[in-house]
Amino acid sequence: MHKPPESPQTLSIWRRLTNHTATGFAMVAAVLVIVPLLAIFVDLVMKGASSFNLAFLTQTPKPPGEVGGGMANAIVGTGLILVVASVLGLPLGIGCGIYLAEYGRGRSGDLIRFTADVLNGIPSIVIGMAVYGLIVLRQKHFSAFSGGVALGIMMIPTIARATEEMLLMVPNVVREAALGLGIPKWRTALSITLRTASAGVITGCMLAFARVAGETAPLLFTAFGNQFWNLKLNQPTAALALQVYTYGLSPYDDWHKQAWTGALILIVMIVGAVAAVRIVTSRGKLKGAS
Amino acid sequence: MGVGIEVRGLNAYYGKHLALKSIDMTVPANHVTAVIGPSGCGKSTFVRCLNRMHETIPEASAEGDVKVGGISVYGEGTDPVEVRRRIGMVFQKPNPFPTMSIYDNVAAGLRLNGFRNRRQMDELVERSLKLSALWDEVKDTLHKKSGASLSGGQQQRLCIARSLAVEPEVLLMDEPASALDPISTSKIEELIFQLKQHYTVVIVTHNMQQAARVAELTGFFLMGSLIEYDKTEKIFTAPADKRTEDYITGRFG
Repeated sequence: MHKPPESPQTLSIWRRLTNHTATGFAMVAAVLVIVPLLAIFVDLVMKGASSFNLAFLTQTPKPPGEVGGGMANAIVGTGLILVVASVLGLPLGIGCGIYLAEYGRGRSGDLIRFTADVLNGIPSIVIGMAVYGLIVLRQKHFSAFSGGVALGIMMIPTIARATEEMLLMVPNVVREAALGLGIPKWRTALSITLRTASAGVITGCMLAFARVAGETAPLLFTAFGNQFWNLKLNQPTAALALQVYTYGLSPYDDWHKQAWTGALILIVMIVGAVAAVRIVTSRGKLKGAS
Repeated sequence: MGVGIEVRGLNAYYGKHLALKSIDMTVPANHVTAVIGPSGCGKSTFVRCLNRMHETIPEASAEGDVKVGGISVYGEGTDPVEVRRRIGMVFQKPNPFPTMSIYDNVAAGLRLNGFRNRRQMDELVERSLKLSALWDEVKDTLHKKSGASLSGGQQQRLCIARSLAVEPEVLLMDEPASALDPISTSKIEELIFQLKQHYTVVIVTHNMQQAARVAELTGFFLMGSLIEYDKTEKIFTAPADKRTEDYITGRFG
């Protein structure tokens, strides 16, 4: 006869104690992560909701002293800048990640990896200044395009490293299966390996996107801000983060309130974009897919 | 139809280590040929050299004269991608594409090689799944289920179907049943027996009974050399070489 395994009741007190302590720590850590997030959001809603109205979403800012107006131009401007940033940052970041994971074994890979890590650590205002020197000074005016480039550059290292990590998690047998079918290596990397890792790569992209969406510093020297509508890439443009910054530093009370509302809208936009991508990408999921 | 394979003076390396020493072997068309030998003897390396999969491992290289149905596999200007398209491969561990449906798994090789005709693709997928004896089990969930949701044995038959869909002339199998239970194994073995009507099959196996059951010809590898190559019956009843006899009687390896 086999002896039955030790039942939970007879476990030593020591083992039960360590078990509960470890579980407790994990729960406390989880709560500690969620609390500040919730606190910020609740605070934003409480301070920002009062100035929220249709005009805020449809009108441009009023001159100081006049009541009302909105940040419609900044909302559109933020969208414009983020589109430019994504058009630049997503393909370059993902492409770089693919190179690092699938081809970058030697010196060149190490060099790129190192560069990406350094770029990741450069303060965002420095990137803004660099783009100012590279684009704004040459074009002789601030522009939505230069703002997008600054944010796009900031996205690249995050996306590249996340993509690399995710691709390296794809088992090698999957690559071999594809190569064994006579699929060329570049096609295997794009259509098989990247596709297999897509969930993680998308998460990495969303993290990078959300991070730059709230950036202010790099936009100070590039997008610059604008009190009026602008849909042109080569003109200075308003952006929510910039507007919040300007309004928050102003001496006017109603501008302070609008700054809160702007911050709230910015957060809602980011959460909305991330949620939308999640919903779209999870729709085609198959039964039993890993 | 299958084609024959001629191997002359094949050397394979891992870095500087010589893993295969001047192999000569002639594999007839539309036969099942087994490759046996102890772990590390080079039998997997050997089949991976036949479709140039060996060189996909960093530092690995191979040289020699390998002809498959008239193509010189290691000839100058031969595209390894083209070679692999004509020589299918089934691996030890079932490796379906995890995020693809059953249908997409089988169609992957066609699609990613630029095949676009929907109706013909449907036919090829159905034919391949029927050939690999999986059709009846999956025909209702082709587009709904992921390849990874199948059982291990089903996954391996899916991988065989995936290889067959690109219509190769040779099918290489690297211990295709070693990760499977006995029932799945016998299904795969039956399948191999069927497949030789259309393809030339080379199978690596650890399992000598399996070699005896499925293969007409058997080659015995030891420490990177082909020791003996003959009719399976002969290898298992009256081997010419002492080392072969020692191995099949279980005295080592």
